[in-house]
Amino acid sequence: MSEIADKVKKIVVEHLGVEESKVTPDASFIDDLGADSLDTVELVMAFEEAFSVEIPEDAAEKIATVKDAIDYIEKQKAA
Amino acid sequence: MFSLEGKTALVTGASGGLGAAIARALHAQGAELVLSGTREAALVEVAATLGERVHVCAANLSSAEEADALVGKAEALLGKPLDILVNNAGLTRDGLIIRMKDEDWSQVMTVDLESPFRLCRAALKGMLRRRSGRVINIASIVGVTGNGGQANYSAAKAGMIGMTKSLAQEVGSRGVTVNVIAPGFVETAMTLSCPTRSAKSFSAPFRSVVWASRKTSLQRLFILPLKRLDG
Repeated sequence: MSEIADKVKKIVVEHLGVEESKVTPDASFIDDLGADSLDTVELVMAFEEAFSVEIPEDAAEKIATVKDAIDYIEKQKAA
Repeated sequence: MFSLEGKTALVTGASGGLGAAIARALHAQGAELVLSGTREAALVEVAATLGERVHVCAANLSSAEEADALVGKAEALLGKPLDILVNNAGLTRDGLIIRMKDEDWSQVMTVDLESPFRLCRAALKGMLRRRSGRVINIASIVGVTGNGGQANYSAAKAGMIGMTKSLAQEVGSRGVTVNVIAPGFVETAMTLSCPTRSAKSFSAPFRSVVWASRKTSLQRLFILPLKRLDG
């Protein structure tokens, strides 16, 4: 697993207070991890801070699962 | 009354009548304060009457940059995060609408509505993360009733009431409360500068409400939303 994926997982665990085993790539923040809309915004802000990237609103809306977040950040970092 | 010992608070417009009274009330309960306003000398004067646990941070809230930076500066002065934000700063540019200039409208909107938005945005980021915080916005009764000669001011204050209710819904689940207080007519430097027309048109019932609240200590009223800060 990549360093980015690791870090994303850690942030999700910390932020949502869920068990690490539940944070699978396909886990949906809202449906599987119990996040509400404010949680998802806070997560996006935490990602922005941790990875020094900017995630615009329209991109943030499409980040629904752990994998979505990892893919987006990896793409930004590769660019 | 409850204790605010160990808590930090930023009060804007702290050199004005209401702001200084709010600062005194918070300070008396033990909070550490940052006083903000446009006139540094006046702030220093208020700070001197309070004694310890008080910092001064002048800012011009008609500037977006200064409004955006104020919470960060306050936290730097405090050396710790902000627990309480009191958006008290405001100004009036009274006039009947047919004579109202663009800048009379926009200046009131910028200082009375936009700067509280900017300060709330900056403060709430940290408060959400910490799952704790209190915001008190000082609106005005004219935001509810309207007042001839104050279309700009009453619109800004009505906006503040709506904004506060929305923010309260956004962050309430995170242990952060956002409240608005709409004082009636209080004699301060700001209201004394209002043309008599707008002050006089204030109807009797509201004046009596103010009198009642004055008797029961206006200062207490302003910090009541902080009552359960320790949960």
